[in-house]
Amino acid sequence: MHDFPKILIGLLIFIVLITLPVWYNVVSGKAWTKPELVIETEHVPGKDECIMDADRMRSAHMDILNNWRNDVVRSADRIHQTADGRSYPMSLTNTCLDCHPNKDTFCDRCHNYMAVAPYCWDCHIVPEQDLGQGDHGATMPEDDMHGGGH
Amino acid sequence: MSVDRRKFLKLAGVVSLGAAAKPVSTLLASEDPIHVKKMEEGAAATAPTVSPGPPQGEASSFREPLTAKRWAMVIDTRKLDEATIERCIDACHTRHNVPEFEIKKDEIKWIWEEDFHHAFHEQDIPVYTEHIRHKSTLLLCNHCDEPPCTNVCPTEATFKREEDGLVMMDWHRCIGCRYCVVACPYGSRSFNWRDPRPHIEEIQGDFPTRMRGVVEKCTFCEERLARGIAPACVEASGGAIAFGDLEDPHSSVRHLLEEHFTIRRKPNLGTQPQVYYIV
Repeated sequence: MHDFPKILIGLLIFIVLITLPVWYNVVSGKAWTKPELVIETEHVPGKDECIMDADRMRSAHMDILNNWRNDVVRSADRIHQTADGRSYPMSLTNTCLDCHPNKDTFCDRCHNYMAVAPYCWDCHIVPEQDLGQGDHGATMPEDDMHGGGH
Repeated sequence: MSVDRRKFLKLAGVVSLGAAAKPVSTLLASEDPIHVKKMEEGAAATAPTVSPGPPQGEASSFREPLTAKRWAMVIDTRKLDEATIERCIDACHTRHNVPEFEIKKDEIKWIWEEDFHHAFHEQDIPVYTEHIRHKSTLLLCNHCDEPPCTNVCPTEATFKREEDGLVMMDWHRCIGCRYCVVACPYGSRSFNWRDPRPHIEEIQGDFPTRMRGVVEKCTFCEERLARGIAPACVEASGGAIAFGDLEDPHSSVRHLLEEHFTIRRKPNLGTQPQVYYIV
């Protein structure tokens, strides 16, 4: 057991390294905090309420959008009927972002916190002022897929 | 060779060092939000301009959709001159955010110009004059009745809409395998080798772009038909292109097909293309 001190030093270094992210946050003093969802709703005439209540939207928006895209593209069904009989075009950019135009606060803040990266914006256009922000499509290296077919 | 405790501990130390290095390096790499932000802004500055397009927010603003049992197109090549051809291509490609690449192999096209003897090479005979040979015509997806592209698609990203015969693209599902590009005998499909966005002159905000790694093609302006508007090329052609329901005996395409001799591209393949050419 005369190597015990060496082993102990090694173990200590190992523990420090593996817990480095924790120490880093403690020292830098900015641990992650849960982002606050600020719903900055623009009041669009005729659209006073969301298509569902906020709780449902929070938990099910991804399923709704997934169903919408299938309905529109595959079944040519473009109108969403709400439970209380209102109808909206099934459109992420024209319906959702019409009332919630700030993608940075409305979409990205929680998605970044949850480390989910939906690829909506690789193709769909962020309306008006926000274009280019978070547009990872534009910053992707271009040449990776060349060479395969040529 | 046996591994004694000493060797095991050495090895374990090296392995765990390696494992620890990865999260630490990503943590350090992700730590400079200002720097990242700046890079994004730089990209945004060079991003193309966007025009918002017509407002489509209200469900009530939807006009009655145009429907048919079998959409078909008749192109009157006698009425096609260079200006018309250019107008049609321009209308379509602008409308659908089709990028323009300088390098030919990256080219994306929904509708394009081709010489007669290339478009209809089986019908080229030696006595044709150069004038006939090089007469320009417009080519696009034929929206075949028996589309070979949909048969080979492993994800059903491209499929034939049974209600009206359109050969559709679901870009959400396309995995970029390019079987359809190979299967299409008409060259109607283009693959996005590069990110298309920087190569679109003016992005139309109400139509998505595509991303790198998906296949795209003409959709007979399905999104316009749904709003009760004729396809962009038909509108821009000034009467050279007719579009309508092949199953409706009173439609414009039926009248044209009854009154004129028309040809189709590669009819011998059995794909039943639905773009007809009056020559």
